[in-house]
Amino acid sequence: MNAPDTAALTPQSFKSDIKPVWCPGCGDFSVLAGITRALAMLGLRPEQVAIVSGIGCSSRIPAYTTCYGFHGVHGRALPAATGLKIARPDLTVLVAGGDGDGYSIGGNHFLHACRRNVDLTYVVMDNHVYGMTKGQPSPTTEPGWSSKLAPGGTGVREFHPLVIALASGANFIARGFSGDPNGCARLIAEAVRHPGFSFVEILSPCVTFRPDQRAWKDLVRPAPVAPTDDPARAARRLMTDDGFNLGVLYKGNRPPYAPAGAGRAPLAELVKEFEV
Amino acid sequence: MTNSGRKANKPRAQARRRRPASKACEEFMARAYAMERDAAERYTEFADQMEVHNNLEVAKLFRQLAEIEGLHAKQILEEMGWPQMPPPVYALQWETPEPPETAPVTELHYRMQPWHALALALRNEERAEKFLAGVARSPKNPPEVRKLAAEMAEEEREHQRLIREWMQRVPPPDPDWSRDPDPPFLGD
Repeated sequence: MNAPDTAALTPQSFKSDIKPVWCPGCGDFSVLAGITRALAMLGLRPEQVAIVSGIGCSSRIPAYTTCYGFHGVHGRALPAATGLKIARPDLTVLVAGGDGDGYSIGGNHFLHACRRNVDLTYVVMDNHVYGMTKGQPSPTTEPGWSSKLAPGGTGVREFHPLVIALASGANFIARGFSGDPNGCARLIAEAVRHPGFSFVEILSPCVTFRPDQRAWKDLVRPAPVAPTDDPARAARRLMTDDGFNLGVLYKGNRPPYAPAGAGRAPLAELVKEFEV
Repeated sequence: MTNSGRKANKPRAQARRRRPASKACEEFMARAYAMERDAAERYTEFADQMEVHNNLEVAKLFRQLAEIEGLHAKQILEEMGWPQMPPPVYALQWETPEPPETAPVTELHYRMQPWHALALALRNEERAEKFLAGVARSPKNPPEVRKLAAEMAEEEREHQRLIREWMQRVPPPDPDWSRDPDPPFLGD
């Protein structure tokens, strides 16, 4: 990476020259815009940020930025990001992925990342479908969504990520909509500023396999209540939430997990710990 | 727009050039700048998306639209005598999720044709005009802002006329334009 300069950066400064291969109309384009705008708003520089992802359409996002990036293993973005943040607490670490990656194969990591409360920002682009592998139902797919790959629907209750995040200990919970990239940028910026594990779920329509999600723009609305720091109150709200309330829904006060001395050991000492 | 698809110069804009601006006017023009710049950025993104999917004809058209909106943004900087836009453009709040002239991301289809792209541009101009006409009508706004907004709404109406003319020059979409002989959806 080139030596940093001190000029103010624009969102474009965080976009790489690689053109996204997402389908035209995909909501993930707006999430990319939201992330790059948030980083510019925060006054960060690309070399101060790492974006870690798993596998899936949305997990391609690190390549489309000029930040440090790690396109990891399916469902394992959070453990990789946790290790990175503990080793390099000076970096702003964003984790990005989709509902399949984060809630299914990565579901267990999601619970424990919330519980550990390391200072990360996890952005999940939720489109209720596995897009990269041609449209299978994901954990957040509605039980009655019928397709040729799931005739009659799965009949299985969908996963409720915000409720799970709260119950597991996430310190910041928000929901955005990709049709509002500026709103997403503000949410992501606030999530980064908030200490501890911040979870931002962004409804991001898959126009190829879920063209019905174009109607989301008519369903979303700002949450009618201010964010709370009371987990019990947040739980009541989230349990009765229809999935379309946008904004910051919970801001907790738990101190982040940051072990003393983390990230300060010389490399040679670290290597010695792994010698057999 | 001329036959090549470029918009004509705006004579009204010349009259606005470097007039002494009140704070309210500056705020309004900053918003107008944000609207034009956001529209240009979105068209550029659309052009990139169409290039990736080898829909080069539509990509070229979106590139032209991006250039046009970029010129409008630049024109505002010149009119106001601003060397560059005072930040932060992206922190501005709108009544709608995005600025009115910005096309929603979900409006795209990888097999869309030039007519569709122009129809999308027309809707953007219509939303922009509606927004500006609303500013011009509102008694809450100072008279100088209302006058500026009325001028710009008129320009947006002119843009609509030019786009409608442009649409006459491209073939109407095929009835089965979205049909893909090798569709992405497994099982189709």
